[in-house]
Amino acid sequence: MKILVTVKRVIDYNVQVRVKADNSGVEKENVKMSMNPPDENAVEEALRIKEAGKADEIIILSIGEEKCQETIRTALAMGADRGILIKTTDDIEPLSVSKLVAKIVETEQPGLILMGKQAIDDDSNQTAQMTSALLNWPQATFASKIEIEENVATVTREIDEGLERVKVKMPFIASCDLRLNEPRYASLPNIMKAKKKPIDIKSAEELGVDIQPRIENIKISEPPTRQKGVMVADVAELVQKLKYEAKVI
Amino acid sequence: MSILILAEHNNSEVKSSTLNTINAASKVGSEIEVLVVGSNIENISKEIANYEHVTKTIMFDNPNFEHVIAEKIDPIIVSIADKYSHIFAPATTFGKNIMPRVAVKLDIAQISDVISIESDDTFIRPIYAGNALATVKSSDTKKVITVRPTSFDVVAKEGGSGIVETINSELVESHTEFIDREESKSDRPELSTARIVVSGGRGLQSADNFKLISDIADKLNAAIGASRAAVDAGYVRNDYQVGQTGKVVVPDLYIAVGISGAIQHLAGMKESKIIVAINKDEEAPIFNVADYGLSADLFEALPELSSELDKLNSIEK
Repeated sequence: MKILVTVKRVIDYNVQVRVKADNSGVEKENVKMSMNPPDENAVEEALRIKEAGKADEIIILSIGEEKCQETIRTALAMGADRGILIKTTDDIEPLSVSKLVAKIVETEQPGLILMGKQAIDDDSNQTAQMTSALLNWPQATFASKIEIEENVATVTREIDEGLERVKVKMPFIASCDLRLNEPRYASLPNIMKAKKKPIDIKSAEELGVDIQPRIENIKISEPPTRQKGVMVADVAELVQKLKYEAKVI
Repeated sequence: MSILILAEHNNSEVKSSTLNTINAASKVGSEIEVLVVGSNIENISKEIANYEHVTKTIMFDNPNFEHVIAEKIDPIIVSIADKYSHIFAPATTFGKNIMPRVAVKLDIAQISDVISIESDDTFIRPIYAGNALATVKSSDTKKVITVRPTSFDVVAKEGGSGIVETINSELVESHTEFIDREESKSDRPELSTARIVVSGGRGLQSADNFKLISDIADKLNAAIGASRAAVDAGYVRNDYQVGQTGKVVVPDLYIAVGISGAIQHLAGMKESKIIVAINKDEEAPIFNVADYGLSADLFEALPELSSELDKLNSIEK
């Protein structure tokens, strides 16, 4: 079985994101970029499934600018086998991404697709669900545990009310939660090896997918900032303030 | 044209997220129809039909729909989508699971997690964990939208038309099967709608020490929250997590204990009316958003807070 894992290049989660002065977007110049965190969990899960003897190849797919190759290399250094980059601009919408992923699935025929549950840049949380609907494959979103048996899998999902378990037939698509596993670090020898692993570069045009955006960003603005409050000396003062100043208890 | 809302419920009770979503939709238009899909849902369908702004409830009642399987619900929405200019659902794990499926089948770019309705095609939504707000305009003929429930007030439970229409359609074969659900049972207020939230972080150091948090929560009739670090460490379950990938809360009072204040956590609570931070580390970023900060060892501060609250309660009695 092949596993297809999608990875997105995003501003590193530790970076304090700044809105551009002209409100056209956020500052991306000279900002550290990394793999979207839940995508790392997706890569890690694929590696574990392969190590358990249940898969023989892991393909990493990224969609975006040329530099997304770095993100693919990171996944290859963790242990994935080969990469595919579909070159587009970096503002591609989940709707277009899901159509491109579905195209790749046609040719690669994976038995499982793993994605991060949301990208920490646009926070859309759509791509896995859209891809599942396009392919008519079962979906298991927000997965915190995946157990694969013969032709079926049991997936534990993190939902607002707690946990839910579903049984899905293979092939299926899972969107991965941060608690699914602890992603590994790439070792130096594996980083060296990853440099020789192949990355196939494609374009949306050759795949015949229309990726024209449907949503126009009119303005990107700073959220209202909170005034820094006061420090209290002790618990008694805190309770007094909450009771008589803020009047919330 | 009318607006369709997908109702969130558990077959016997309507989730408050449905009432927030009706309010959001009412800012786009006045013809609001609510689709209720489930099993044995006659009572809640009638209840919803009476809610403010609701012109009709559309009931899809079938024993095969006792549990939510996204793959079985999106075909129902798609089959009636023609009539509507907008399709709304709450941006909860329920709505997030289903709506992108509807959007892609209608070839529409979904707009997720909307916090403000500017017009019938322009919306504001947070991006980068709320560190930026995007004003976005959709060029699709139909809009598929999920709304952040805490950004909209609930509607009144009366004033609607009371009309319930029943629909049926052929059931879609699904390769996903529900096994079970493990829901937190608690007498405390629900985290996403509570007036007061007391949250603990890694500073609590163990699941056992979370009793200090629940003791304070009991005295304030508050919900309990947690940082991702505390959930990852196994102190409390995933449904307690507040933040970018957990729940967004907007209580009157949010008390963060032993939480450093990573941007991912702030994303879930920084709209709270009053924020209190208790942390040993004076430099912790949580203090930058706190109205009242207390730099103290939580293992001393929480028992003290508990007894101070007792004093207050006894004065009031």
